[in-house]
Amino acid sequence: MEYRRQQLDNGLTILAECNDQAHFASYGLFVRTGARDEAAAWSGVSHFLEHMVFKGTEQLSADAVNVLLDEMGSGSNAQTSEESTIYHASVLPEFQTPLVQLLSELMQPALRPDDFEMEKRVIIEEIMMYQDQPPYGAQEMLMQAYFGSHPLGQSVLGSVDTVSALTPEAMRSYWRERYVPSNMALVAAGRIDFALLVRDAERCLGDRPPGLAARAMPAVKPQFGGRVIGKDNSAMQYFMEIAPGPAIDDPDRFATRILTTILGGDGGSRIYWEMLDSGAAESAAIGSYEFQGAGLIMSWFSAPPESAEANLERLRRVQHSVAHGITDRELELAKQKIVSQILLASERTESRMFSVGWQWLNGQRFLSPDQIADQFRRVTIADVQRVALAYPMARGQMLSIGPRTDLAV
Amino acid sequence: MNGHDQTRHNVLSVAATLPEAVYTQRFGNGLTLVAKEMPWLHSAAFSIAVPAGCRYDPPDLRGLANFSCELISRGGGGLTHRQFVDFMESQGCLYWADTSTYHTYYGGALPAENLYRVLERYAGLLRDPALPADQVEDSRRVCFQEIQAIDDDLPERVMIALRNLHYGEPDAWHAEGFAESVANIGWHDVERFYREHYFPNGIIIGIAGNIRWPEILSQVERLFGSWETGEAPPVTIASPPHGVVHLPFDSQQTHIGLACPGIPYRHSEYFLARAGIGILSDGMSSRLFREVRERRGLCYTVSAACHTLRDQGCIVAYCGTSPGVAQESLDVIIDQIQLLKQGVTAEELGRLKIQLRSNLIMKQESCRALASGLVGDIFHLDRARGLAELNARIDGLSLDAVNRFWEAFEIGPFDMVDLGEQPLELSNGISAPTTR
Repeated sequence: MEYRRQQLDNGLTILAECNDQAHFASYGLFVRTGARDEAAAWSGVSHFLEHMVFKGTEQLSADAVNVLLDEMGSGSNAQTSEESTIYHASVLPEFQTPLVQLLSELMQPALRPDDFEMEKRVIIEEIMMYQDQPPYGAQEMLMQAYFGSHPLGQSVLGSVDTVSALTPEAMRSYWRERYVPSNMALVAAGRIDFALLVRDAERCLGDRPPGLAARAMPAVKPQFGGRVIGKDNSAMQYFMEIAPGPAIDDPDRFATRILTTILGGDGGSRIYWEMLDSGAAESAAIGSYEFQGAGLIMSWFSAPPESAEANLERLRRVQHSVAHGITDRELELAKQKIVSQILLASERTESRMFSVGWQWLNGQRFLSPDQIADQFRRVTIADVQRVALAYPMARGQMLSIGPRTDLAV
Repeated sequence: MNGHDQTRHNVLSVAATLPEAVYTQRFGNGLTLVAKEMPWLHSAAFSIAVPAGCRYDPPDLRGLANFSCELISRGGGGLTHRQFVDFMESQGCLYWADTSTYHTYYGGALPAENLYRVLERYAGLLRDPALPADQVEDSRRVCFQEIQAIDDDLPERVMIALRNLHYGEPDAWHAEGFAESVANIGWHDVERFYREHYFPNGIIIGIAGNIRWPEILSQVERLFGSWETGEAPPVTIASPPHGVVHLPFDSQQTHIGLACPGIPYRHSEYFLARAGIGILSDGMSSRLFREVRERRGLCYTVSAACHTLRDQGCIVAYCGTSPGVAQESLDVIIDQIQLLKQGVTAEELGRLKIQLRSNLIMKQESCRALASGLVGDIFHLDRARGLAELNARIDGLSLDAVNRFWEAFEIGPFDMVDLGEQPLELSNGISAPTTR
């Protein structure tokens, strides 16, 4: 396993974790842009652009792109979040050059007006699909309420209104500003010919003009409060709460992940024994999420509407239970669980590619799975208690959605 | 060499470097162990399939298999529930249990060096469950929650209703059962279900990962070899109702499920059927993706698949689409399924074969996927298919054979469930819509 890194003159980063034992290879083009980088009027443009990339270039039709991807047998896909847009595919090593070439070409999308209007319909269907799925967009609403005017509160999908109002010109302008080489990385893992990868990247992406894409990093002013949204035909009551946590570059994130695993992970966590083992709630969890310049601890449950108050009390007990300390055994089991998850994930080439890419996105020094596991192994009880004090999770922004509108949150 | 030939060559060469290393043993008590050595991994996974699926629920106690799984998971072999959970976590074992049509599965994935210790605890759980009476009400509440959660999962509601239309009882049943039936389940029902369905004959244990066959064989024999056989009571089979059902619901999208007869996995022509459905639904150049989503913008999600029971199969399709274009979506999907009769092209089949082969190689990274795949093979075929055989099957798919199969295959009649405000019309000559 060898980690390689190189940068082209125009600023594009090339990263690979080369594993000669692997039988195939995963590739990704990581663009450091997402919902937080959008002007409010263009909400949803990053995600819409991700769809439009697959609609082809001046030389390639959408059908041609789809055929080319399938002809390489690629499990290709893309994803957009608050902070990134990632295009990825996994193929046999022999397809490295044609795949890198295709992914590179796709970074110059044609944005044909006919395709644009057709894909707009698909995006609106996607928005409607999520509105039918529990928790009915609650997470985005909650992020909006918590972050207020901070860009991290912006929706990834956008709304039917903002997406409907988008034009190819606006999207092109966004693309020109954000898809510059210094804001992108070509990431690979598995059986990689790194020298060839660099040559292919140079040939396919080397002539793109350099540029700088800044990201606004205003300070977060968390908004605390609560809101209940009625949804008559929902069978369950859904409850979510977010509170501050460590940001992506904060060393406390490891201790926080251990804390949330002890309190709210699956299996034998405190929330499991308090809420799930007895069947009091249908689902319940506490987890941490990190962004650049901000972090969140999210608590969550779904339960029958009539038991919402009782379950909220149970959640509060779990959240506050850390005040009574944690045991050596809990710490050991949480570490074991996290390290085992890291081990299992590290055996998948695609998940290695994502790990390398995410670390680049977040401006982190590369750590191997073992090194990441070590970060967790080093956490002490005192570390966990310190982050528990620093990040009280029961004081945040809450949202409940379901048939009950009389809940006090 | 064109692209298709090149991939074929490459996959064959990769396949040749991967050891086949699939072993099967049927013990005297009827338990089958199937395992694959994957020395390139550090992890291992197991799947224990107990023939105690929801098709064995008594008709008045629907949900009993699932309820039993919940209570059995709460400790055994001298361990309480908490001790069992604590032990699994200490071994870094990610574990799960769930009930499907034929089986209740108990599975896990973990660092390979801990496998034996974990299997030992599962032997305790399955052979000597505590069935703690004081946790019956907790188990019931868990089961109630699962039932209630289905109401909010609209695609799942459609698929449950579709299954009820298309397959006869008890294969049509879903594991969760109903609140009314689960309310009537008592400890004695679980104890009887355990006695009547948890015995070694019919159990399939699939294991994949960094294991060695001689070792795992003797370990499994030690843990399960002395378990005594039993006999399950017969189940009564009923004919499916078939038809069209509209589920009125105030939702953003209309959710459509379609099913028509297909063939099961064990059928000699299964791969020919699968090829057609793959051309319909696998990949971004597939027909449904292109015609329903790309060219018409009718939906975000559309798919078709071959669903298989042991002795029968069906072609199933799903689409979530806005009410204004739901009828058009349905019509295009039906058209596209029926167009299979007119044949597929060499290019389509070539692309599908590349995808199937690539998936085969990628699956070699996942001991979890392979362990459950091995169990499926034993159940459906009574033997495990190795990589070389699967590769040869894919390789052997000829355009002529696929097209001859689909030309002769009778597509339909369709059963349909649509959930949304307005009922859709299905014109394939079966009964008028009924509302439930």
